[in-house]
Amino acid sequence: MKHILKMATVAAALAAPAWAEKPDDGLVHESASAMEGKTVAYVPIAMGFDLTEAWASGLRKDAEAWGYNLTIRDPNWSVDAGAQALSQLITEKPDVIVVHPPEIQAYARLLKQAARAGIPVITMNLKASENTDYFIGADWYDIAVQQTEQLIEICGKSNGGSGQVAVIQGVLTNPTSQYGMMAIEATMAAHEGELEMVSNQAADWDASKAHAIATTVLKANPDLCGFAGMWDNMDVGIAAAIKEAGKQGDVHVVTSGGGNKDSACDNVENGNFDSYISYDAAGQARDLMMAVRAVLQNPPEEAAAHPVAVYTPLKTITKESLYPGACWSLDDLNTYGP
Amino acid sequence: MSGGGKKARGISQEGIVIAISAVIFLVFAVTQPVFRTPENILSLIQNVSILGILAVAMALTIIGRGIDLSLVAIMAVSAAWVLQLSNNGMPIGLACLIGLGLALLIGLVNGILIAYLEIPAIFATLAIATAAYGFVRSMLLEDNLIYLKAAQDTWFKVIGSGDVLGVPNPVILFAIVALVVHLFLKHAVKGRFLYAMGENPSAARITGLPNRPMVLLQYLLAAAIAFLAGLIMATSVDSIETRIARSTLVYDIILVVVIGGVGLAGGKGKVRNVIVGTLMIGILLNGMTILNTPYTIQNIIKSVILLAAIIVDSVMNPRDEQTSQQGDI
Repeated sequence: MKHILKMATVAAALAAPAWAEKPDDGLVHESASAMEGKTVAYVPIAMGFDLTEAWASGLRKDAEAWGYNLTIRDPNWSVDAGAQALSQLITEKPDVIVVHPPEIQAYARLLKQAARAGIPVITMNLKASENTDYFIGADWYDIAVQQTEQLIEICGKSNGGSGQVAVIQGVLTNPTSQYGMMAIEATMAAHEGELEMVSNQAADWDASKAHAIATTVLKANPDLCGFAGMWDNMDVGIAAAIKEAGKQGDVHVVTSGGGNKDSACDNVENGNFDSYISYDAAGQARDLMMAVRAVLQNPPEEAAAHPVAVYTPLKTITKESLYPGACWSLDDLNTYGP
Repeated sequence: MSGGGKKARGISQEGIVIAISAVIFLVFAVTQPVFRTPENILSLIQNVSILGILAVAMALTIIGRGIDLSLVAIMAVSAAWVLQLSNNGMPIGLACLIGLGLALLIGLVNGILIAYLEIPAIFATLAIATAAYGFVRSMLLEDNLIYLKAAQDTWFKVIGSGDVLGVPNPVILFAIVALVVHLFLKHAVKGRFLYAMGENPSAARITGLPNRPMVLLQYLLAAAIAFLAGLIMATSVDSIETRIARSTLVYDIILVVVIGGVGLAGGKGKVRNVIVGTLMIGILLNGMTILNTPYTIQNIIKSVILLAAIIVDSVMNPRDEQTSQQGDI
C-alpha cells in the first residue's frame, strides 16, 4: 500500500508540470495575464440577428478562454439607447469598447469622448465618420463596385443585355447606402453606355417595402434586367417580386450580406439571388477576437491616434462558386467557434 | 350612430380624401402611361393590401372606442412562429392553427386588460405590444428573421403570392376582409353594438349592452385579422422580420384609418373610409415609385398631402361644442 502511494506521488509530481505549468515561450504567460480580468464592452445595433450574433459568439469564446469579462449592451435598434449605452460605458471605463454604429454620424461625438477618456474602441462593419483604434468590416464602396461590375457582365449593353438596372437602398444615412451609391454611380460612369439606372429607391431594410417597390418597378420597366440590392435580409423581397412576376431568370438580383447560410447560400441555390457578395461575418468574428486580444495586450498610448483598418476580404457566391464552406451557420459558430 | 365619417356640414373628410386621391390619380395617369395599366392598378392595391387589412382591424377597435397598438407585434410574432414551427418539421396546417392560437391569446390578454381591469386601451396595447414581442422573440423564436422554407411548395405559399385570374391573392384577401368586416359592422347585432359602445359607452351599458364581452370580441377579431396579414406578408416575401413589431408601421395604420374619416373618439366611420385612406396612400407610393422620386422628397410630398387633407377638413368642417369630443381629431 505504502509502495503504491509512493508511486502515485512520484507519478503525480512528474505529471503535474506537464499540464499545470506550460513552458514559457516568452509570450504565452505575458499575453494571458495581460488579458485576464480585463473588461470588454460590446454595443451592437441590436443582438438577435446573424452579424451581431456571429461577432458575439467569437467574443464569448475568447472571454472564456482568456478570462476577460464581456459585457453586452443591446440597444435593440434604438440609436438613442445605443448612445446612452456608450456614454454610460465611457464613465465605466472598460478596457475596450466594441461598437457597431447604426449611422455614419450618430456616435461621432461619443467616439471622440471615448478617445479623450483613453478608451480604445473597435468599430464593426459600419464605418462611423470618426476613426477609432480599429475598423473591422466591409468596404462598402468595393462591394458596390463589384456588384455594379457583375451587373455590367449580366446586363451590360455590350454583353447583349438591356442595360436597365434598378437600385434598392436600405436606410439613406447608413454607410452601405452612402458609399454604395457613390460606387455604383462612379462604376457606371466609368463604363459609360453599359448600364442605365431606371430606378433608385430606398426600402428601409424592410423586405416588404422592397417587395412593393420591386413590384412597381418591374411593371414600369418591362425591359429591366437587374436589381442591385444592399442587404440580403431586405433583398429577399425583391426576389419574391421577381418570382411573382414570373421573371425569375430574366431579371437578376445582385446583393450582399454577412454570408449566413440561410440568407446567402440557400438563396443563391434556389435562384433568388444571382450573385451574392459576402463579407463573411464568421471571418469578421475571428478578426474581432484577434483585434481585442491585440488591444488588451498592447493598449494604445493614445486612443484612436493610429487607426488600423481591417477591411474584410470579400467572397462572391454564385451558383458556380457555391462550395461547401462558402457560408456559415450560427449554430456551428456557437458550437465550434469562428 | 352616425356612420359615414365626419359630416358637420359641407363635404365630409372622406369626400375630401377621395377628391385629393382622384386628382393625384389623374395627374399620374396622364403623365405616366404605365400608371394607368390595369396590371399596375392591381399591383398598386397589392402593395397596400397588408396595410389595408391591418387598418380594417384597427378601425374595428377604434370604432368601439378603443385602439390596438399591438397589431403589428401580433402580426409579426404569430406569423414568425408559424414559419419556425413548420421549418422545424410541423405540418403547416397545424402550425397555422397554433399561430392563430398565439394571436388570439395576445388579443385575449388585451381584451381582459381593457375590459375587466379597465386599463386605457392605448396603454394596455402599447405594453402588450412590447411584452408579446419580447416574450415570443426570446422564448419561442430562434432568430429575428425567419425564412419560409419547409412550406415553400405547399398551399400555404399561395396565400400571399398567388393570383386568381390575374388578381393577386393579397388584393382578394383584402377585399374579403373588408367585406366581412363591413357586413359585420353594418348588419350583425354585435356590429351595431360596437357603434353604440363607441358613441356612448355609459348609455350602451345602461341600455343593457354587454360592454365587457364586446370589448373582448373586438380585440380577438383584431388579433385574428392581424394574424392573416402576417401570413400574407410572410408568404409574399418568403420571410418575416419580427423587428417590424418595433417599426413605425402602426402609426401608418392609424393614419390610414383617420385620414379616411374614422373618428378617433369612437362610434364613427365605416370600412369604406379605411379603403379610401388605404388607396390614397397606395396611389401616392406607386406613382412616386414610377416617377422615381427620391426617397426624402417622397416623404415630404406624402406628409404635405396628408397635412393638406387634414387642413382642408378642419376648414370645411370647423369644430364647435357639438362636434368636438375628447380625443377627436
